[in-house]
Amino acid sequence: MSALTYEDVISKYEPVLGLEVHVELNTHSKMFCGCSTIFGAEPNTQTCPVCLALPGALPVVNEKAIESTILIGLALNCSIAPFSRFARKNYFYPDMPKNFQISQYDEPICVNGYVDVEIDTDEGPQSFRIEIERVHMEEDTGKSLHVGGATGRIHGADYSLLDYNRAGIPLVEIVTKIVPGTGKYAPEVAKAYVAELRDILRALGVSDVKMEQGSLRCDANVSLRLIGSDVLGTRSETKNVNSLRSVERAVRGEMIRHAERLNKGEKVVQETRHFQEDTGLTRSGRSKEKAEDYRYFPEPDLVPVTPDAKWIETLRAGLPERPSLRRKRLQEQWSVPDKEMAAMINADVLNIVEETVLLGADPTKARSWWLGEISRLANEKEVAISELAITAKDVAEIVSLVAQGELTDKLARQVVEGVIAGEGTPAQVISARGIKVVNDDGALMAAIEKVCSEQSETADKVRNGHLPAAGALIGAVMKETKGQADAARVRELLLGHLGQAAN
Amino acid sequence: MSSLSRDDVANLARLARIEMTDQELENLTTEFGVILNAVARVQEVATTDVPATSHPLALTNIFRSDVVIPSLTPEEALSGAPASEEQRFRVPQILGEEA
Amino acid sequence: MINNSAAQMSQDLVSGATTSVALTQAHLDRIAEVDDKVHAFLHVDTQGALEQAALVDAARARGEKMGPLAGVPLALKDVLVQKGVPTTCGSKILEGWRPPYDSTVVTNLKNAGVVILGKTNMDEFAMGSSTENSAYGPTHNPWDLTRIPGGSGGGSAAALAAFQAPLAIGTDTGGSIRQPAAVTGTVGVKPTYGGVSRYGLVAFSSSLDQAGPCARTVLDTALLHEVIAGHDPKDSTSINAPVPQVVAAAKNGEVKGMKIGVVKELNGDGYQAGVRQRFEESLELLAKAGAEIVEVSAPNFEYALAAYYLIAPSECSSNLARFDAMRYGLRVGDTDGASAESVMNMTREVGFGREVKRRILLGTYALSSGYYDAYYGSAQKVRTLITQDFNSAFEKCDVMVSPTCPTTAFKIGEKANDPLAMYLNDIATIPVNMAGIGGMSLPCGIAPEDGLPVGFQIMSPVMQDQRMYSVGAALEAALLSKWGAPLLSLAPSLGGAA
Repeated sequence: MSALTYEDVISKYEPVLGLEVHVELNTHSKMFCGCSTIFGAEPNTQTCPVCLALPGALPVVNEKAIESTILIGLALNCSIAPFSRFARKNYFYPDMPKNFQISQYDEPICVNGYVDVEIDTDEGPQSFRIEIERVHMEEDTGKSLHVGGATGRIHGADYSLLDYNRAGIPLVEIVTKIVPGTGKYAPEVAKAYVAELRDILRALGVSDVKMEQGSLRCDANVSLRLIGSDVLGTRSETKNVNSLRSVERAVRGEMIRHAERLNKGEKVVQETRHFQEDTGLTRSGRSKEKAEDYRYFPEPDLVPVTPDAKWIETLRAGLPERPSLRRKRLQEQWSVPDKEMAAMINADVLNIVEETVLLGADPTKARSWWLGEISRLANEKEVAISELAITAKDVAEIVSLVAQGELTDKLARQVVEGVIAGEGTPAQVISARGIKVVNDDGALMAAIEKVCSEQSETADKVRNGHLPAAGALIGAVMKETKGQADAARVRELLLGHLGQAAN
Repeated sequence: MSSLSRDDVANLARLARIEMTDQELENLTTEFGVILNAVARVQEVATTDVPATSHPLALTNIFRSDVVIPSLTPEEALSGAPASEEQRFRVPQILGEEA
Repeated sequence: MINNSAAQMSQDLVSGATTSVALTQAHLDRIAEVDDKVHAFLHVDTQGALEQAALVDAARARGEKMGPLAGVPLALKDVLVQKGVPTTCGSKILEGWRPPYDSTVVTNLKNAGVVILGKTNMDEFAMGSSTENSAYGPTHNPWDLTRIPGGSGGGSAAALAAFQAPLAIGTDTGGSIRQPAAVTGTVGVKPTYGGVSRYGLVAFSSSLDQAGPCARTVLDTALLHEVIAGHDPKDSTSINAPVPQVVAAAKNGEVKGMKIGVVKELNGDGYQAGVRQRFEESLELLAKAGAEIVEVSAPNFEYALAAYYLIAPSECSSNLARFDAMRYGLRVGDTDGASAESVMNMTREVGFGREVKRRILLGTYALSSGYYDAYYGSAQKVRTLITQDFNSAFEKCDVMVSPTCPTTAFKIGEKANDPLAMYLNDIATIPVNMAGIGGMSLPCGIAPEDGLPVGFQIMSPVMQDQRMYSVGAALEAALLSKWGAPLLSLAPSLGGAA
């Protein structure tokens, strides 16, 4: 390994970024045919003459995909082209049935937008503007399984097996202009951009944005130039960057690799590189020197897309609040500490907490249920919180019952567990399990008297002023009342019974 | 200039994924000389002020609703496959980059 | 029985004078009898045809409402997919492929009760003007078996001329319906682009291809036109408007007061004397029937051929990329250790014929970076100019007319090694495809010098297809009364019982 450090790199070079993000839209059907897009189906069960490119089949554009793309463009502050067209990108590859991809070339649907991202710098939070060059529509390819060879990878495989379920799923490609001026923060800015994009797309509801399933994929272009120079360096394009952390690592790794070459007087090769999740390094892919000639031309089987102003304005009116602004607003409204806010975002519970609050729950309580007990149960069951059978309405109801003294925290946990176990609404769980706070002092006193006579030695200790001993008695009373008593009230009555003032 | 060298033609064959014999390349190089000369006539009238027509119809915005319709069965999908295995199309080893 | 028009066959089916099974069997017998000479068919679907005929007969016996062509047999060009029936497009690369779906044209035919006899021969992937480019051997012109039946739809046209079918489907990218019709003495129509769905039509050049009806009379052609035409949501380039009333137009055959524009540039030098003579006579007959003959000019038509031989190859280079040995069709060279790429290369080398490879490479070149503007881009501009020529001409006339082809049928092999000479056959038909308008060819006589049929072309504006049927029917009626019998009664009998 070379001794070149990141600090060495940035003291001499300025990184220039370019990011291309592919997003699979979450339409029900494919881009150009009616086949389902559900993830994980049996191989080749979601294919038809169109997406298998059988002779004679013709594409027809999915209107929802166009709408989603326009929404993305609007959310990224782009202009929506009054006239845009599909084009054929011609190249041969077995996972692409037509041996051309229907894409967009010089007439994309959205152009010239921007996204602002904020990162922590040495001087505090700083905002960077990422300019968007274009947002265009295209289609995904099939998936190949490489058989034989040692690694199951493409190299050394004996043959490949192709599943075209994914072929033709709508893809949107979001391309930035070159991003200069990020200096040493280039890796963080790249990561923050992809994260912001992911949040925007999720808020728009147009994609599952699951990097691990490939519904959001990032290619990072990196080049270096000498500080003060305005000549762009040769770039590499790193593919396979499948997590936010990898985006940051890939950019940092490429910056160091380029600097090492440049320092040695070697040239950076313009090429595609593949990010290796395990090492954080990139490996050389296809050299772009023998560049494919894609022979783009207007797709003659499709007609131009000319969205009218009314359609665009209707879509614009339905745009959700920008995620970064919304986060700031909610954090302020709920007075959440930074760390807790980050935890909520990480656990992806912001929406459901907000929903719970809107149903009347106290923000702190709502947050603590979703982030605490419910997250814990989800972890235990190894499922996502969204997959649990508990709703914002259930949690709001439970929070309200606790506030009214109808449930203790402990009982409330039992109710949550019951709801998640599928026993019904909180009311149904409470009634079916016979959960009730014992508020009847008479019943409590009977239990206290019973416990004190059974554990008279302990009771005497308390009588003699040894208050810590009361804990054991309270526990026994709680057990006697099957946990349905309010522990504070038990303590109060017990101490009174034993001649000690409650404090 | 509307003439192509044999190497140009060989490169076109590579792009088009057609393995061509030397004789074929030879013949095509000669034929292309004649054909390109003839078709290059379009440049005589294709001045900058003439708009391009890529399609005879002036249709726009033809869409379908986002509705799932039944797919082929996998048996139908694979019915024409030269080779298949595990309900997938079996193809020779792909000499490409890692997908 | 097989010499009748489809309209007559339909009447006989309705009256009970015959059954669809009998009619279908008669045509199957004729095919068995003469097709070794003509070679119009690549596949005869005996069982499927007889089953469909029996279904139609049964439905008719139950008193079900039937379309006008129910029970009438038809020959289908092998470029349209029919579920379960081999579809080769005249190419080795698709040998043995049975599509798992129906083209919309086939769906419409089936819904109308039309009986599909089989698939007809064609130039490979519809590239050619003689059917000599079929990987399965040429089709022979029933008028003279040593001559070509035109192309690419030579099989469909020859099947009509040889009385193997009363109806046929063709496809026309630069004249592949009209030129075969002209040289075989039959009728063929290329409808307005977008009038008939392209779904299931194996694409040659997507912006030019159009399926259309072929028959022996103008009325039969119109009846078939109305069966196959109409909006199809599966084809984004399909026109969502009512089908032009072509049957009514064909029945009326009225040209009084119509202005017929003779295209100045599509006549004269390069056109055979007998072709010009029959064309002029036809103009006189139309004038006698009450039409006004005017001359129109289309100065940019002379660039149509050049533009066509850039646009069609460009689109085909992309359309034919899917034939790669991975998912269907031929696979060559799949030996141990062979790569997908080498299998693709070898399969496409072996599976495609000479003309197809020539056009794929030409198109690959025309689209390649650095040459796009000079070739494909310029050709698209010529397309604009040709459309403008049509538009201004149609301000002066209702339809435009010309000879369909410069010559009558040439000898098989005569132009096989001269692509440019071959391409010239389409000089009068190509402008129609470039502008997406309608075009018809109908027989207008025999060239005195060689005794072979001559075609008369009628062109009508976008979605005004009924106009060419009006003019076609009027001319057909005038010619019939002059001749006393249909032109095809002069064709040799081929030793069959016809």
